[in-house]
Amino acid sequence: MKVHVDMSICLLHGQCVIAAPEIFSFDDAGGLVWVAEIDEVQAGDAEAASDACPEQAIVLG
Amino acid sequence: MGGPRITIVGASLAGLRTAEALMAELPGARVTLVGDEPHLPYNRPPLSKDGIEALAQGETPETEVFDKLVLRSKLAPGQVEMRLGTAATGIEGGDVRLADGTLIRSDWIVAATGIRPRRLALSGAMDRRHVLRSFDDARALAAGLRPGARLVVIGAGFIGCEIAATARKLGLHVTLIEPAPQPMLRALGARVAAAMAAFHRRHGVTVLTGRSLERIEADRVILDDGQAIEADLIVEALGSLPNTEWLAGSGADLGDGVLLDARLIAEGTENLLAVGDIARFANPLFDAVPRRVEHWCVPGQTAKRAAETIAARTRGEDPAPDFAPMPSFWSDQYGLRLQAFGAPTLAETQTVVEGDLSRIGAAPVIVEYARAGQLVGVIGLGANPATLARHRARLVAALAPSSPALSSNVTA
Repeated sequence: MKVHVDMSICLLHGQCVIAAPEIFSFDDAGGLVWVAEIDEVQAGDAEAASDACPEQAIVLG
Repeated sequence: MGGPRITIVGASLAGLRTAEALMAELPGARVTLVGDEPHLPYNRPPLSKDGIEALAQGETPETEVFDKLVLRSKLAPGQVEMRLGTAATGIEGGDVRLADGTLIRSDWIVAATGIRPRRLALSGAMDRRHVLRSFDDARALAAGLRPGARLVVIGAGFIGCEIAATARKLGLHVTLIEPAPQPMLRALGARVAAAMAAFHRRHGVTVLTGRSLERIEADRVILDDGQAIEADLIVEALGSLPNTEWLAGSGADLGDGVLLDARLIAEGTENLLAVGDIARFANPLFDAVPRRVEHWCVPGQTAKRAAETIAARTRGEDPAPDFAPMPSFWSDQYGLRLQAFGAPTLAETQTVVEGDLSRIGAAPVIVEYARAGQLVGVIGLGANPATLARHRARLVAALAPSSPALSSNVTA
């Protein structure tokens, strides 16, 4: 599964970092970083992160 | 044999997420989603910020503004039956009666009817008075948000403060009137609330606290101290009332929202659950007091829990005993992100652990909130998300059920 965050929409609420810390995290400068390609085991976490995003900025495919 | 018939009343974030979680947990469930608004489920937080800004500027077509708010759904077309534009009027013999007379047979009912704005108990100038809850409210309000217009916002909670900030950005003259000594006082505590009042004043808002409205005249409002304020436009942002009237006769405790047990089943009922803004439940992270919490994350958290309960009971099991979601909320005002975790509202003391409250907006500030010496919340104002994430982790550890500090402080 591919993970993409539309950074033109993202407002850095960080809800994805809480929902799926193995996929999403903040770098020291406070920027959002994520694992772009995940396996099926992590799909549920990625979907939880996508649901938790108040800006609907996370695209899974 | 088909799966259970589940009727979800309320087609906003909580109702939609409940339907999705149910279909994931119980693929055979026969779910009906009822909503009184004609619109597809949409996201409300932008309404007081980018939403009304875009609607007021009028450069983007209304339909495009709305399309951006529509909640993406994991439901396949036809997977649940949608009954939009129809309110539920009551429960009859365990089934749901709709305004058009239809009775929807239900094995389970999930109440997700949310809240509505509380109105001022004053008459006058009805054509200039607005509230903000729905997209249609936002459309009506935005039509009056013209540069140079004089806006009076009654109530300085988060919605009132966000509307004030957006209106300033749009070039309006803004007066914010709040009966409490500070804006957002209950949510933020005295020190942070006072700093936010100063922040609003620095952005040109006239903040009048400790004042209430005496009467409303054609083009002005009169305060309780006799002061008159010219108003082209009035927003009532006085908090909310739970939409639970339709549940009268269900046997549920509707004292403030719907009183629920840890499974989110309404006390006094067998098959009624509630989710989202109307859900009143105790969060064992803090204590045994049931509370209604109007944060954006609550619908998602309670929807998942409600689906787990119905799925477990359908299998003849009980869901896991504890439900202890970590609260999280935020607000955006003048480009400043206020981000909170935990329950600052329960705290007695606030400690600035980073930055300086007099410099809100100019430099990051992080404040910790404690009750009886126990960390219960943290708020970041313009804080680096990575730094704030570390503070959240500290809070999670402090609130962990095994924490001896917590168990000694638990009171009912």
